[in-house]
Amino acid sequence: MTDTETKSMSIIVTKGTLDWGYPPFILATTAAAMGLEVTMFFTFYGLTLLKKKLDLKINPLGNAAMEMPMGGMHMAMPNIVAAMPGATALTTTMMKDMLKKKGVASIEELREMAVEADVKIIACQMTMDLFEYKKSDMIDGLELGGAATWVDAATRCDINLYI
Amino acid sequence: MMADQVLDAKGLNCPLPILRAKKAIKDMTAGQVLEIQATDPGAVKDFEAFCRTTGNEMVDHHMDGGTYVFNIRVN
Repeated sequence: MTDTETKSMSIIVTKGTLDWGYPPFILATTAAAMGLEVTMFFTFYGLTLLKKKLDLKINPLGNAAMEMPMGGMHMAMPNIVAAMPGATALTTTMMKDMLKKKGVASIEELREMAVEADVKIIACQMTMDLFEYKKSDMIDGLELGGAATWVDAATRCDINLYI
Repeated sequence: MMADQVLDAKGLNCPLPILRAKKAIKDMTAGQVLEIQATDPGAVKDFEAFCRTTGNEMVDHHMDGGTYVFNIRVN
């Protein structure tokens, strides 16, 4: 953001499930690889993505658009099944297997690459306090900040996203 | 086309081919050519976009069997 030639991007990250963890890290790493300066602002459930040890999960409950490829067809899980004990673990395992089989990076890998690429990581102070997360629960190198910190960064960014 | 370095990104999906390419380019010098082999059909449009934004030059891209081959000259 210091060099006017350099493009920049900010992303507000609000979701922390195994599916929604992907778009922010994919876009952040790719933009960094394309020479952009990237700032990620993690708030609410997005904070989950900053925990030292990730244990991301997914459950299709209430997501009528979620269907899994199965034997050439697509299968959706009825809500009543998705609400059963074990449905989250089952769906998470299936999703992780599918991601691996298709050569998609893990969130852990993408996050590591974002850190390596000097993506600026800001954790929302207010939601850290709200959910009683300590800075020591989270990966090293993050900054704490509030809404004004993001607004300030965003005024100098070419692209601002909310995910 | 003689490449100075070859990157095997076969089997990898978005955005890994781009990220691996960027990593390889970082250790190369201007004028050198990086050959990337990929199987992700999305890589075709993505490497064009990558070159447009970064200023690296796509000198050639073609299919070799089921593999997309890109030759990028580092700027």
